[in-house]
Formats: sequence, structure tokens, C-alpha cells
Amino acid sequence: MSCFWDSLLSLRERLAKKELSSQELVKHFFERIKEVEPKVRAYITLTEEGALAQAKEADKALAAGENKPLLGIPLAIKDNICIRGVRTTCASRMLENFVPTYNATVIERLRDAGAIFLGKTNLDEFAMGSSTENSAFFPTHNPWDLERVPGGSSGGSAAAVAAGLCAGALGSDTGGSIRQPASFCGVVGLKPTYGRVSRYGLVAFASSLDQIGPLTRTVADTALLLQVIAGPDNRDSTCVDQEVPDYLAALDMDLKGCKVGVPKEYFGQGLSQEVAQAIEASLEVMRDLGLEVKEVSLPHSPYAIAAYYIIAPAEASSNLARYDGVKYGFRAEGKDLLDMYKKTRSQGFGPEVKRRIMIGTYALSAGYYDAYYKKASQVRTLITKDFAEAFKEVDFVLGPVAPSPAFKIGERTADPLEMYLSDIYTISVNLAGIVGLSLPCAFSEKGLPIGLQIMGPHFSEERVLALGHQFERALGLFKQHPGL
Amino acid sequence: MGISKEEVLHVAHLARLEFSEEEVELFTTQLADILDYVAQLNELDTSKIEPTYHAVPMSNVFRKDEVKPSSPVEDVLANAPERENGFFVVPKVIK
Repeated sequence: MSCFWDSLLSLRERLAKKELSSQELVKHFFERIKEVEPKVRAYITLTEEGALAQAKEADKALAAGENKPLLGIPLAIKDNICIRGVRTTCASRMLENFVPTYNATVIERLRDAGAIFLGKTNLDEFAMGSSTENSAFFPTHNPWDLERVPGGSSGGSAAAVAAGLCAGALGSDTGGSIRQPASFCGVVGLKPTYGRVSRYGLVAFASSLDQIGPLTRTVADTALLLQVIAGPDNRDSTCVDQEVPDYLAALDMDLKGCKVGVPKEYFGQGLSQEVAQAIEASLEVMRDLGLEVKEVSLPHSPYAIAAYYIIAPAEASSNLARYDGVKYGFRAEGKDLLDMYKKTRSQGFGPEVKRRIMIGTYALSAGYYDAYYKKASQVRTLITKDFAEAFKEVDFVLGPVAPSPAFKIGERTADPLEMYLSDIYTISVNLAGIVGLSLPCAFSEKGLPIGLQIMGPHFSEERVLALGHQFERALGLFKQHPGL
Repeated sequence: MGISKEEVLHVAHLARLEFSEEEVELFTTQLADILDYVAQLNELDTSKIEPTYHAVPMSNVFRKDEVKPSSPVEDVLANAPERENGFFVVPKVIK
């Protein structure tokens, strides 16, 4: 019985038909994990015992005819989202032994929907990175080519979905951390509108940019997970009080005549030939689907990385001030309080986290605030306005997710700035708070997946998912899996 | 726009971090590179642009002022590196 490549929707149907039980399903996934995980290393923590107990409950509920959207379905959770009683490390020495005493809102909602958690997935430390190489524990390998990175920071979640080590997963996206790994691993990843999903229980990186979202094998599965996790939460006041539409029901909406904008700025220097061709070919598919394709301009997009690498580190330096060796996490011995703080933070954080704390602290320090943080926030306004102007003319904006397919492990670790540049097509979406969906659109000559990004205005998830779904069905790439 | 070694040491102190001599050298170079890169923002005239600190327009969000139980003390202290009698323990502060 194969189930590793089934979509969530198909598993749901098979469970309902009693073709297999949730306990069988969970056991099968753990067998697969035992076989494949040593090569991929997607998980930091596996929760086999808990998962089997949850599956037993789910089977009872299924037998009783209960009907919950994710009843008995095994998922993986990025290790910066808190599950009560399960170690949540953020892939950092600082939180190596941290066991949350509460659940994130998304976890509560998934549990209420009947989902089961197989484990916690690897990431760049505190979600800072684009390759999962910044994990303090170990790098994750790309299931399509084990010598390559899975992308990051949600590299563990993307690799787990791609390698059939879970049925679906959650990640978080601050500058591309769901979409870029989805692109590198050939899966679907959604960064919802800022405020669509509660951040309560997500370990904070850059609070004005962070958003939790799904990683799955199909767009319909992403719609299903979003349906469960979206919606207002009184524990996160930035989570918008707006009704959650029926995303699954909207997938087949008529999009003929809708307009797709292609930003001319996205096709310049730095974009690999292969990715450019894949996007061109995708535009043809869009035309075949009955959409009109036209050029648009996002004139300030070349400044997005510079603005982001002030704003995100500034917010991070403030958020990460909480790791002081007192309330939770690692503590080093020091001769006095100040010395304890310094030793704790210097030994507990890895190099990239320290680098960002340093940039952020500098940008916020006396005399530099206006020149850096305020300036970057003004440029953020310009980038947001670019999108607002574009969305007056078109319904969607389309582009690449990353400049190239997955790169090799170790290839870009020497120069942090070069690593930052790989986020060029994803960062603007976070700055503007809009929707960004990444889905497979082609394979490179070496057999590596290439992602397409569909962007839409605030709260346009329904339409963006519908376009993604129709594009995916036209292409059929979701039927391909890595040979692991 | 460069950054000096002294500035790096000052910022490290503000951030409650400390570095070895080698790390200071490396960070001085890397931070200078990053600051050089972000200096391109100065090409844009933003004198009349309002800054965006929040992506989705929102005004105050209020909730009902109701008394609800907080986390139990045991939960709050569960992850403390050192605790005693319901308190966090820190190194001696008063000299």
C-alpha cells in the first residue's frame, strides 16, 4: 500500500472509506522515515509515540463517523512553531532544550481539525537563512539531489513533503522562507496575507513580516490547510478580523479574461536562463487557460533586498533581546549579570543570528535610526505602492521564486550578502504584506524543480489558489517524485 | 559608508554580545559590505514618503477587559535555567 505521494485530500478520502486506518498511515510514514530520513535529515525531532496515540484517537473518531477536515492526517511542523510538551528548538543551541508549555494557535486549530504531528522540521537558526545550512544541528538535503540544499529557512518542511516523509507541513515565511524551499524541492508553498494566520506561538523573527503558511504537494492541499489555520485570533492583535472564505470551493472559479502582470524588473541581471525559460513557458500556459498576460512595472523592486536587510534585522535584534539566560533557554556562567548575558548570547546564537542582531542593533542605535530604519521603512512604502499600482491594472503578478534552482551545499556559505541576494523575488511580497504562492512549473536540465510565483493583493488567497490549482492541473508536474 | 572596529565593539556591547579578535575582524568586514549594499537606498528621495511599519492598515485593536487566568507559575518557570521558591534566579546584581 503506497500512501507517501497521496495528497491530503486523497488520504482523507481513503481514511473515510476505511481503505486504511490512521494508525496504519502513521506507521507507514515512520517506516518511510526510518528508511529515507538518514539521507534527507528533514526532522530535528520525531514524535512517534505521540503521533501513534493521536492516530488511535483519530481512528476512534473515524469509526464513530466524525467528520473533521484533517481527521487522522499526519503533518510535519517547522521547529519554530510551539507544540505543548514537544521540544521547540528553532534549530538553535539557545533553545535546544526548550519545551513549550502552550500550543501555537495554528497547532490548536490543526489538532481541533484532527491532524496528527509526526515531528518538528529543520530550519535555518531562528528562520534566518535561505538554505537550512544555518541550522545549529545539521543541514537538510534536497530530496531531488542530496548534494544540494533544500532552500530555507523552511527547508526541513519542504524536504519532508517532497520526500514523502509527511503528508503536508507548516512553515513560516519572513522573506521567502516558505516559497523558496517549496521552489527548490518541487512542492507548493503559500505565504498568506500578513494577518491572515495567527502568529501566536510562532517564535518571533521579524514581527511585521512573519507569516505562517502551508507546504504541500498540491494547491488544493494548501487550500485545505489554510482553511483550517486562517482566521482571527484574540491572542494576536495583528491577525485580521476578516471572514475566511471557502478556499477549496473556489479552486475552479472562472478566471478567463483575468489579467496577469509580469514585472519587467524581474527579468534582468542575475536570473538564470533556465528559470527565465520556465517562466516564459508558464506564461504560455496562462494564455492557454484564458488569461491575458501583460507587462507591468515594479520600479522600486531593485531596492527590496536593501530595505529588507535593515527592517528584518532591526526587528530581529529587538525580538531576540528576550534570550537573556534567565526565563528560558540556554544559560552560560558569568562573573556577574552583564557577563552572564554576554556569554549566554555569544555561545547560544550562531554566526548568522549574531550578524543580524549586529546589523539590527546598529541600524536602531542612537544617531542611525533615521538613516537606516526609517529610510528602509519609507522605501517599504514605495515598494507597497508599486504593487498597489500594478494591481490596478492586473489581477495577479507572476514571476520567478528564486534566481536559480537549488544550489550545492556549501556553495554560498562564505559570503552572507550573496546568500541574501537569492531572496530577491520573494522579499517584496513580505514588505508589502501581500499573498505569494510558489508552485512547481518545470524541471531543469539536471532534473531540479523550478518554481513559479503567483502574487496577489491583500486577502486574495481565494483567487491566487484558484489560478495555482488550474495551472497545476494543466501541467501535471505534481505526479513526479524524487527517486528516494 | 564604512564601520570601524570600535563601532563594532560598541554595537556588540549594546546587543550584549562578545567576540574574539578574529570574529571582530570578520564582522567589521562583513558589516561594512552589508552597509555598503544598503546604502543604495540613498539613491531614492524619500523626504515626502511616510514610513510603513505595518503591512496591513489597522488602527487600534481592542478586546474586552475581562479577567482571565494567566499561565500557571509552574508553566512559566518550567524552562528556567535556574529557579528557586517560585522565582527566576539571576547572578547577584547589587554589589
